[in-house]
Amino acid sequence: MRLRLVPDETNIDFFKYARATFGASIVAMVLSLGIWFAMGLNFGIDFLGGTTLRTEASEPVNVGEYRAALDALALGDVSITEVFDPTFAADQHVAMIRIQAQDGQEAVTPETINAVQDALRTVYPEMTFPSVESVGPKVSGELITTALIAVAASLAAILIYIWLRFEWQFSVGAVAALIHDIVLTVGVFSLLQIRFDLATIAALLTIVGYSINDTVVIFDRLRENLIKYKQRPLQDVMNLSANETLSRTLMTSGTTLLALLALLILGGDVIRGFVFAIFWGVIVGTYSSIYVAKNVVLMIGVKRDWSKPDNKSGTQFSNIDA
Amino acid sequence: MLQIPLWNRLMITLVVLAGISFAMPNLFYDRVERHNDAVAEMEATGISTDALEAERALWPEVLPSTLVNLGLDLRGGAHLLAEVRVEDVYEARLDALWPDVRDALRDVRDTVGTIRRQDAAPGELRVRISQPDGMGAAVAAVRALAQPVVSLTGVGSSTLDVRGENDVVVVTLSAAEQEATDTRTMQQSVEIVRRRVDEAGTREPTIQRQGTDRILIQVPGIGSAQELKDLIGTTARLTFNPVVGRTSDPEADLESRQILLPSLDEPGTFYILEQTPVVTGDDLVDSQPAFDAQSGVPAVTFQFNPTGARAFGEYTSANVGAPFAIVLDEEVISAPVIRSAITGGSGQITGNFTIEDSTELAVLLRAGALPAEMVFLEERTIGPELGADSIAAGETAALVAFAAVLIFMVLSYGLFGVFASVALILNVGLIFGVLSLIGATLTLPGIAGIVLTIGMAVDANVLVFERIREELKTARGPARAIELGYSRALSAIVDANLTTFIIAVILFVLGSGPVRGFSVTLGIGIVTSVFTAIYVTRLLIVTWFDRRRPKTIEV
Repeated sequence: MRLRLVPDETNIDFFKYARATFGASIVAMVLSLGIWFAMGLNFGIDFLGGTTLRTEASEPVNVGEYRAALDALALGDVSITEVFDPTFAADQHVAMIRIQAQDGQEAVTPETINAVQDALRTVYPEMTFPSVESVGPKVSGELITTALIAVAASLAAILIYIWLRFEWQFSVGAVAALIHDIVLTVGVFSLLQIRFDLATIAALLTIVGYSINDTVVIFDRLRENLIKYKQRPLQDVMNLSANETLSRTLMTSGTTLLALLALLILGGDVIRGFVFAIFWGVIVGTYSSIYVAKNVVLMIGVKRDWSKPDNKSGTQFSNIDA
Repeated sequence: MLQIPLWNRLMITLVVLAGISFAMPNLFYDRVERHNDAVAEMEATGISTDALEAERALWPEVLPSTLVNLGLDLRGGAHLLAEVRVEDVYEARLDALWPDVRDALRDVRDTVGTIRRQDAAPGELRVRISQPDGMGAAVAAVRALAQPVVSLTGVGSSTLDVRGENDVVVVTLSAAEQEATDTRTMQQSVEIVRRRVDEAGTREPTIQRQGTDRILIQVPGIGSAQELKDLIGTTARLTFNPVVGRTSDPEADLESRQILLPSLDEPGTFYILEQTPVVTGDDLVDSQPAFDAQSGVPAVTFQFNPTGARAFGEYTSANVGAPFAIVLDEEVISAPVIRSAITGGSGQITGNFTIEDSTELAVLLRAGALPAEMVFLEERTIGPELGADSIAAGETAALVAFAAVLIFMVLSYGLFGVFASVALILNVGLIFGVLSLIGATLTLPGIAGIVLTIGMAVDANVLVFERIREELKTARGPARAIELGYSRALSAIVDANLTTFIIAVILFVLGSGPVRGFSVTLGIGIVTSVFTAIYVTRLLIVTWFDRRRPKTIEV
């Protein structure tokens, strides 16, 4: 007996609620953008500059006392967050303290860091600092630029690749789905105020990679079916392709989510934000390859006669002796 | 039909075996690391002790012993991003040029009159001449000092830009020369940072030039970024300057080309010095910690090269009875009076040193002065316990993820799921094999990359299996279905993985540190997962099929 996520034969009409799903996607995107503008992102020091200290003590974290101890130093904006994790020992109490970039300094000076550590040790003398990180405003500015370039470059690369391998309509559909995924992920980061740092950008790009993977598999089948069924309406062929690949789409998302879930729960708090972004992105990415990418292609319409020149490009890999 | 040529089978098996054998040492990380350390130490010192031999015996010599490097976030250590103030060097270059400029202008004294060096912005040398009519001759004379630029891009241009402004000759380094100087400054800085870090004897430091004027320094195992900064952040610029006077006024009036520097030992005391040094630390060939023969206090000895020895000898013989200052990083260590000419080229510095100070100073002087000041833009310290916790958490998560995916695959695809699982295990082995082989660094996001790959690696198999299921429906026999399943799924596999690979490449090019570590494991994971999915599982399935020849198969 086999475990089946979907029955062998499915005949779901993915366009039946096209307006509702597409509308929902648009509403979700608008909401995400709205939240993003209203609440902003909880940027980490990679992008803002400043210093973070990770504190560890055997006594429970007392945010009020920590803050009182640090207030005397007049360091400007200080944020203190308690960190919880199932992997911590019972007497392991961890907090992250973030201090804004100090005026006129690149990386925070050792004197400042020592002063902060001394002040916190007045609360719990045996407190330790497993990590201290400091990024100057000059570097953080550049990191933002690099991050934006990375996201733009990957979208452009995918646009071109899909265009070369398929048709321009497909690449527009794919990139629309990717933008959808990115916007929704950034929206969730803004809504939950999860720290947004360089690793989050890497996560966003991974989402782009995963989502495009999913979309391409459906497109690949669509191209094949477009050659097979020249006369059937585009919408039918799309439905057929999505149904044929549905089992695979859900299997792959299933195994990936399973692996990520293990990492999310057991992987420790240091990379939780990173893993959460990818986890969320896989869900959104799976949805978007079924409900966003195809709809966009359907809206633009696509060339139906695939038999001649494109046939060649479509099968150029089939001759490889695998 | 379903056939794989023998050489193909052999190749696949060989690749898998090679990958696994390179991955294996990582299972015994601690033992192999101790073995490698012992081997390295024995090679470096040439001495073998029983203790070292015992360490070496922990791992057999015949087996591969390359390990995956652990990133700072896993091992703990310090990370610094330093910016080198390359402009500092322009000033030093022009200072060094001044005596030549002076001599060249003196040679044409009849036309330019008397000359006087003026204070100028950094990177400029300004000389006033008393007869502005002779400006043309003055500029020509200074220009004659310029040399062709020695660099690939600067061919054909000269090192100096010389122009006249009313009665002032202004000399600057040309743009091509500035570029060439920057390159040299950076090479020198990287080299000196490396020497200083190596002197401290830490393991596998990363010292890389980044961009035009930055150096990335990562030292695993060091206690804090502060320790690392103390080690490499000191310029250690040693100069010997003539003393003009002594004062307690920090605002004392200075004449042109004089500087006021504080004393190291006597707070509140300042020395007025001539700005141009007699000799600098660049001319040092050796420096050792020592004790002063008379007083027994810690001291540092030094030895000049012939050029430095000559300059020092000439100056001291001409100035017996006058004081000169030993200046280290803008502080006067001491200002002894020259009792007799020092012609041997060696000497000793005493100050208020502890033994540690003198040892450190000797190290810094020996490694050479940094050509320019460094500013730290980014500092990170990660404690070893945090790294160990991260590794432990990552390991648990990876194992759980692994088990979950295996169970899921077997439940979904039965025997074929078992084949895919074997491929998946081999896949993770191959990832570690490749990581060890290319000496890549594993970071915490890198572990996440591997876990993600575990989830995604089955994708290629899933694509094939689903395709085989579909082909089975058209009922042309299982062998045909398997073959068609593989060939028809290939285009989707290639497209899907190539796009993800593009992302990994972009992450690698634009990312840094942990993000780069992630992109490396992701990229390698894509390649190995495609390999295991289309070669290894296929080999397993075909071999199984050849033996059993089942009439029907269930996928």
